[in-house]
Amino acid sequence: METNPILIFIAAVFPHNIALTYILGMCPLIAISKSLKTAFGMGVSVVFVVTSTAIINWLVYNLLLVPFKAEILSYVVFIIMIAASVQLLEMILERFFPALQAVFGIFLPLITVNCIVLAVSLFMVLRKYDFVTTIFFALGSSVGWMLAIVTVAAIRGRLALVSDVPKGLMGAGITMVILGILSLAFMGFAGMVRIQ
Amino acid sequence: MARLLKVFYTRAGRIIINGLWKDNPIFCMVLGICSSLAITNRLENGLAMGAGVTFVLVFSSLFVSLLRKVIPPRARMIAYMVLIATFVICVDQILKAYFPDISKSMGPYVGLIITNCIIMGRAEAFAIKNGPIYSVLDALACGIGYSMTLIILSLVRELLAFGTLAGIKVMPSGWENWVVMASAPGGFMVLAVYLWVMRSLARIQPSKTDV
Repeated sequence: METNPILIFIAAVFPHNIALTYILGMCPLIAISKSLKTAFGMGVSVVFVVTSTAIINWLVYNLLLVPFKAEILSYVVFIIMIAASVQLLEMILERFFPALQAVFGIFLPLITVNCIVLAVSLFMVLRKYDFVTTIFFALGSSVGWMLAIVTVAAIRGRLALVSDVPKGLMGAGITMVILGILSLAFMGFAGMVRIQ
Repeated sequence: MARLLKVFYTRAGRIIINGLWKDNPIFCMVLGICSSLAITNRLENGLAMGAGVTFVLVFSSLFVSLLRKVIPPRARMIAYMVLIATFVICVDQILKAYFPDISKSMGPYVGLIITNCIIMGRAEAFAIKNGPIYSVLDALACGIGYSMTLIILSLVRELLAFGTLAGIKVMPSGWENWVVMASAPGGFMVLAVYLWVMRSLARIQPSKTDV
């Protein structure tokens, strides 16, 4: 099992890509991948939220829940921390960076129910990562997710121009086909770095 | 027959038909894809996930509906989250106590029922506006519609990937296991075909902006 933070980062981006091997964060991947620009905006917001909530949740879990033997509450605590920090982030952006708020503001409420935010916190507990590893893992997972959504959006943009997709396969169906081919390609990275 | 047809046009009948077919969570609203793909490589996991989601869906809809006059509109998301997370903890503990193998193979995906958009979606779209009886009915119909999809997907994938059904070998001895079906690419492809078939059958019109 690998413990070097840099290798964990690489593993989380390529061979253990959270979207293409663990199949997480699919709802926004289907709904927001129609244009490259919005996909990129969503990706950047996710990187920011995932990394900051992973740090907060690591601190809460290891400094509060473990000493008081309250691990059973971790689901409730994690989800509340995620919802609260997204809300806080929205308020900070609104107050101090209105230009950024105009670009990323619409994505923030959606991120609360994005499974990858919670998934990163759950993986971190399950694999018993330390603080530094958690940061790199969270960063890697979210960058990997961003890579997936930007790639899918680019492919869908091209597809809209040239292809003749069957009616029943339009929208979600063809996105699934794209994702299937992409994840086949990403299987080629398997064995590059091993994490649990 | 006439009496049967009449049932379709009562409110309860319509709610059930919508949940199972017209508003089916997976092939119409395309919600809850993550869990439906990640764990459906074996039938028992599909069944456990379907039952878990249905349980959480029914109880969170019931409580959201009972509390709908008390929950302040601005804080409703947090209220849903806390209710849903509480019932997911129940499911997690039950699985850990009685089905440790399934619990282990599902790993973090049990906890991820919390962020399954279907549950939040039903709370926001139905339970917050309707009485408890109809809310439970709606949740049950949606849960069964969702479980139905999970069972179909896991049947196909287990058969192709391992040549077994619920652990019993059914394929002839010359069968070569199609291992990729058990991992992510197989899941995506099977779901793509399923969506294609079901959306053509249900005659869902794609929106104009769809590719």
